[in-house]
Amino acid sequence: MFSLPIYFIFFLGFFSYIYGKNRSKKKISFNKNSGGQPSHYGYYCLIWVTVPSIIFLLLWQVISNHLILIATINSIPPEVIPKDSTLKKLLLENIIIIAKGGKSLAQVPIESVDYYKKLKFFAITGGYSCTIIISIIFCFLSFRKIDPSLLAKNAIERFILSILFISSVVAILTTIGIIMSLIFETTKFFNNVNFLDYFFGLQWSPQMALREGQVASEGSFGAIPVFAGTFLITLIAMLLAGPIGLFSAIYLSEYATPLTRKIIKPTIEVLAGVPTVVYGFFAALVVGPFIRRTCESLGFSASSESALAAGLVMGIMIIPFISSLSDDVISAVPQSLREASYGVGATKSETIKKVIIPAALPGIVASFMLAISRAIGETMIVVMAAGLSAKLTANPLDSVTTVTVQIVTLLVGDHEFDSTKTMAAFALGITLFSMTLLLNIIALRVVKKYREKYE
Amino acid sequence: MNKSFLEKRYKKEKRFIFLGRVAVSLTIIFLVVLLGSIILRGISGFYTTNITIKTSLTQKIIDPTEKRNTKEIYKASWRKISKQSIYTILDDYNKNKNIEKNSRKEKRAFLKLFSRSSEFYIRDYTLKNLNDIGTVVNITIPASSLVDQYLKGKIDISVDEGNRPISDMQVSWVNFMLENKMIKREFNINFFSSGDSRNSEEAGILGAIVGSFLALVVTIIASFPLGVMSAIYLEEFAPKNRITNLIEVNINNLAAVPSIVFGLLGLAIFLNFFGLPRSSPLAGGLVLALMTLPTIIISSRVAIKSVPPSIREAAMGLGASKMQSVFHHVMPLAIPGILTGTIIGMARALGETAPLLMMGMVAFIVNVPQSITDPSTVLPAQIFLWSDQPERGFEEKTATATIILLGFLLTMNALAVFLRYKYERKW
Repeated sequence: MFSLPIYFIFFLGFFSYIYGKNRSKKKISFNKNSGGQPSHYGYYCLIWVTVPSIIFLLLWQVISNHLILIATINSIPPEVIPKDSTLKKLLLENIIIIAKGGKSLAQVPIESVDYYKKLKFFAITGGYSCTIIISIIFCFLSFRKIDPSLLAKNAIERFILSILFISSVVAILTTIGIIMSLIFETTKFFNNVNFLDYFFGLQWSPQMALREGQVASEGSFGAIPVFAGTFLITLIAMLLAGPIGLFSAIYLSEYATPLTRKIIKPTIEVLAGVPTVVYGFFAALVVGPFIRRTCESLGFSASSESALAAGLVMGIMIIPFISSLSDDVISAVPQSLREASYGVGATKSETIKKVIIPAALPGIVASFMLAISRAIGETMIVVMAAGLSAKLTANPLDSVTTVTVQIVTLLVGDHEFDSTKTMAAFALGITLFSMTLLLNIIALRVVKKYREKYE
Repeated sequence: MNKSFLEKRYKKEKRFIFLGRVAVSLTIIFLVVLLGSIILRGISGFYTTNITIKTSLTQKIIDPTEKRNTKEIYKASWRKISKQSIYTILDDYNKNKNIEKNSRKEKRAFLKLFSRSSEFYIRDYTLKNLNDIGTVVNITIPASSLVDQYLKGKIDISVDEGNRPISDMQVSWVNFMLENKMIKREFNINFFSSGDSRNSEEAGILGAIVGSFLALVVTIIASFPLGVMSAIYLEEFAPKNRITNLIEVNINNLAAVPSIVFGLLGLAIFLNFFGLPRSSPLAGGLVLALMTLPTIIISSRVAIKSVPPSIREAAMGLGASKMQSVFHHVMPLAIPGILTGTIIGMARALGETAPLLMMGMVAFIVNVPQSITDPSTVLPAQIFLWSDQPERGFEEKTATATIILLGFLLTMNALAVFLRYKYERKW
């Protein structure tokens, strides 16, 4: 793409490294008090030559592209320009394709193509020469700075430190990106749909809003049934995983011999490493039909996409989360508490029930909360094994839908991005994000507090 | 204290232990059933059924001008050739059983025993062996998934004829071909060497494997340096202040954000804002990189922290700067631990599907991707796609693909465990 200036910059950088190194050898008498080794001076020059010019080149590329697109749109004769924003985008894309020498069937104004080509040419030549000039200027400036008063090593270390800092900020940027992109689409959604209708509406049928001339805000975006479905499946999952996970944790940390523990613990954790799509396949292929057949032979009807199937498989998935976290907190309970309990004559199980579990309760609750947040956000199992229609029901044999299923069905295969349908997915997304975030923050706080208590 | 009270307590104790054992064994039973049911269904997918047919490569149809022009030959009516040679088998059968003539419906049912693209196999064979034109040769073509599934015992014949996909007539044809040793069971090379297809007997997994590989390459290039650098900063250089605290809380929370939310982020930012190509390993890999970043940071920090402070102090005592002590002395000792964490993060990224659903990577793509901007799919997405297909043959494909995915994950995790044992040091 922009290979020429890049090659030049790296060539100049290499040259400046060698030159800076040699020049520092001549100008500076190196001893233990000088600002670094000759190679530090070389790297100092290298950094000044490459970094500013590459940053400039990247910025130029982004900004000039953006400006050229705006200018090209403005250059299209007013009688040709379509009003619809999607068609406008399409026209622009066709102009770019033709300007690059490709073929397009669309009717495109020739003058805009030429205009685009001209602007692109100026942007490339101008940008490339500016980049090269910048690198040369910094090259000379850095050469001039080489003298005994320059602490090259410190300068390089400051540079590395700032890069380290910037890379750790990426995590914050990701969070900001998530929140911004979700909020941006969600506000658009709430311009079309009433806030209260979304949170308290009892009917969810987003596909209806696609029909021509229908107003979206007629109660078809009521999220209650979707949340109800999510909670039903989560509840089933927790009813399975809660007791099994907790009892496994107790058994492994209090009763099992070290050898058993060494074998069983990793085996349970294999469950956590199985991809969720495999669980989904298992739920849809084995558990769903099994539940339906069992119910039919018992004489009542069950959907093959029942909430029970999805919930049970999800429960299997979250067993290791509960068991390993609870195991950690139970093991962290100080030995002195156990010994005191045995000392007054309690049996092992009494100690566990009356002393250890109350002591470890905050941690256990936190592990349950993390598991719940995991279950709410789980996607593949429910996409493959739960239903699509949003029903308000508490019957686990019925088919229900979840937040994640709705996000997926609203967004997959949908190319236009401005419909209320896609924006609804983002509204669901931000609700999901806030719920899991809340659960996680509380759980992490509790775990931290708990740890401090016994340390 | 009377005796019965003590006995009661001991009984309770026993019951409690029993409950613990039940919980542990239930978990293990779940694991066994989960893996077992998939392996049982999928293991047969490594084999496939091929049928060898005597094909007469008639000169008149293939190359009437006798110029051996490959372009002309390519366009010949291969369907006719393939039908002709397939029907010769039916004729043999008829002779054997003294049947006069078949109805059209029966003929069509017979054709269904062979892969829908038999003609292309004959064509490709002929184009490779131009000298065989005008002779009769044996060409091996895949059987249709109906025959394949029947021979693997996945179709229950004891059911009433109307309720199963294969008819009695078709069963007797297959048995006739079996008796004449035309049907062979072979290793399913096609499954590992081709992309997706609408025909289950032809669908392969290569496209998905290459797509997964490309996406993981993007992921590792984007997330490994960033993750390690921020771990170094947070563990070694970060001052104890608000910003550092914010970053740390942030990373911990990012690790627990549902993966589908990352998909929404990728859709809004990478696809709509930056305009990266949809369905490409580039866009998918970047989303996976953001997802694995917290994992890499957290495990790298643990690895760096486990290097004892005496190493740093010794380096600084000899006059190294803080930066030099970290990069020259701490990092080489921390690298095995960092790599272990990275491999585990990559394994998780390999199994991830939900965010890639949003990025359009769950799509029917026949071609094997050549670069990171080509549309492609990934292994778990392929599993998801196939699991949705109603055709019976795809169920086996899904399970086989799952076995392969689990195999990759097992290898990666084993590598991580190996690294940990080999380089683990107790200070």
